[in-house]
Amino acid sequence: MSEKLVFDAPEIMIDRPTHYCPGCHHGVAHRLVGEVLTEMGLVDDTLCVGSIGCSVFIYNYLDVDAVEAPHGRAPAVATGLKRAHKDKFVFTYQGDGDLASIGLAEIVHAANRGEKISVVFVNNTVYGMTGGQMAPTTLVGQKSTTCPDGRCADEHGQAIRMSEIIGGLGGTAYCERVSLDSVKNIRRAKKALRKAFEMQINGTGFGFVEMLSACPTNWKMDPVSANTRITEEMIPYFPLGVFKDVTKDGEE
Amino acid sequence: MSKTKRIFIKGNEAISRGALAAGCTCYFGYPITPQNDIPEFLSTKMATVNGEFVQAESEVAAANMLLGAAAGGVRAMTTSSSPGVSLMQEAISYMAGSELPGVIVNVNRGGPGLGDIGSSQGDYFQSTRGGGHGDYRTLVLAPGTCQEAYDMMIEAFDLAFKYRNPVLVLADAIVGQMKEPVTPWEPKAADNHGAEDWCIDGAQGREKRLLKSLFLEDGALAGQNRNLQSKYEAMQAEARADVFECDDADLVVVAFGSIGRIVKSTVRRLRSEGKKVGLVRPLTLYPFPSEVLRDLAKQGKRFLTIEQNCGQMVDDVRLSVRGIADSEFHGHMPGDLPGSDDFIAPIIKHLED
Ligand SMILES: Cc1ncc(C[n+]2csc(CCOP(=O)(O)OP(=O)(O)O)c2C)c(N)n1
Ligand code: SF4
Ligand SMILES: [Mg+2]
Repeated sequence: MSEKLVFDAPEIMIDRPTHYCPGCHHGVAHRLVGEVLTEMGLVDDTLCVGSIGCSVFIYNYLDVDAVEAPHGRAPAVATGLKRAHKDKFVFTYQGDGDLASIGLAEIVHAANRGEKISVVFVNNTVYGMTGGQMAPTTLVGQKSTTCPDGRCADEHGQAIRMSEIIGGLGGTAYCERVSLDSVKNIRRAKKALRKAFEMQINGTGFGFVEMLSACPTNWKMDPVSANTRITEEMIPYFPLGVFKDVTKDGEE
Repeated sequence: MSKTKRIFIKGNEAISRGALAAGCTCYFGYPITPQNDIPEFLSTKMATVNGEFVQAESEVAAANMLLGAAAGGVRAMTTSSSPGVSLMQEAISYMAGSELPGVIVNVNRGGPGLGDIGSSQGDYFQSTRGGGHGDYRTLVLAPGTCQEAYDMMIEAFDLAFKYRNPVLVLADAIVGQMKEPVTPWEPKAADNHGAEDWCIDGAQGREKRLLKSLFLEDGALAGQNRNLQSKYEAMQAEARADVFECDDADLVVVAFGSIGRIVKSTVRRLRSEGKKVGLVRPLTLYPFPSEVLRDLAKQGKRFLTIEQNCGQMVDDVRLSVRGIADSEFHGHMPGDLPGSDDFIAPIIKHLED
């Protein structure tokens, strides 16, 4: 009986088990990045700027040149790297604690300067790596290890919506929020990545893709319930869609 | 090395021109007095060398941009002054841990806290002990004149690439703000010591590369620390000092940077009065020129360390001569601009002790 391969990973994906928890969406996000880089023929021209969070080991899974940035600083590191190598494709991959809290200044200003880089932002509403503490993206009412009674708007403020902020900046060329909760949304996410990456390749400007993602471990949920939580709780607060697309501006 | 004619410029401009002569193509900075002349000068000049100038959103960002450009294997630098350099320490630690070359200039001002915008040597400890977290060191060069500021920028880039390590140029408000004649010179083509073999510039036709400071596997971090320590051991060969009138001196004054240069005037004057006093002016603060001091200690010299701080380099002088001699200390308070007269009394006092 001969075997027929019906589904394979692109060569850029290093063939090894990931360290991610079952149902974690980092693996899905990595795979999407890998597929888009491969399809766009960018693999040998890509410089990956990793961040600090569960995805710090992204370099173990993507076969591209990489540098590790301090917590929150990936957009600044990417700025320096892109300025040094303008003809290369530079992207950052950051979690919500990394990008929306400690690294807020770096992401806002890299976008505002219109740096020709691409940002993959994985929003799972918690500090995953450090054990599920409250993040700036934690929803009101959501329990975490530092707000065990649930996030309280009065005391902790409300969840920050990054795509709305980045989409409002002059230097942003493309900004979209997508979700990894369903096959349909994952397909949409891949299209968004391609759009954002194209903006860098053709020199248009800064591209940003926020991916609503599951962290079943820190949400204390099984993977299926975690996906349902994205659909039912996250998407209503973090609406999906394109927040800026300079190639479309003025067309409406 | 080709020389051109002398120009009359501020130390901050000498630093900027030295960096350009060294082949620096990426500059990242944030405004802070007394170093603003540097980003102002380079904001237009970087374009003339096809380079990049970015006014960063903070010193935190500037240092991380430096890290990024360094990872790309190009000659890059950032400049700041004390409070800003404090903000850069995390990135400098990452650069040391990831073995990335870059140049950081600190035009030292008074502290602690917001301090003042006058001259100070209060950042000696921060500069020479690593400054951020973990066991690491940066090479530290200490110019005392505008010419040295120019020359040391060229040296700083070479050392950074030779050792794949951050290099700090510790100037101060006096060096940065004073004007002197400087003879600019162009070094021979920059030697990046094989940066193309480790930098990240796209894995075309080669294995991918990874630049990181995280070492989680069993024993990996210990191995990296041993590797770094042997590099710092090798760096000791770079120690340099300006040794002035020490042969027959009874008392050797040790002073660095602008204060070393001011004390040199004091020593000249005392020499003209027949006083047997000499000066050792460390030009590298890390590595510290311990051998020079130890040799003088073996000859029976006594030591007086003079700094514009409350006593920092004196620790290194004492460590250098330990078991043979000791060093007295005279501190000129940051916040108060010294002249060569200010050092006569303390030198005479210790000379006659
Ligand atoms: C300066 C600094 N502060 C804190 C930490 C600790 N730390 C490591 S990962 C992390 C949170 C990462 O959370 P997030 O960015 O949301 O990524 P996730 O793990 O959820 O994917 C923190 C706070 C650090 N490494 N450096
Ligand atoms: S803790 Fe959360 S983000 Fe981290 S690997 Fe596990 S599921 Fe993924
Ligand atoms: Mg997170």
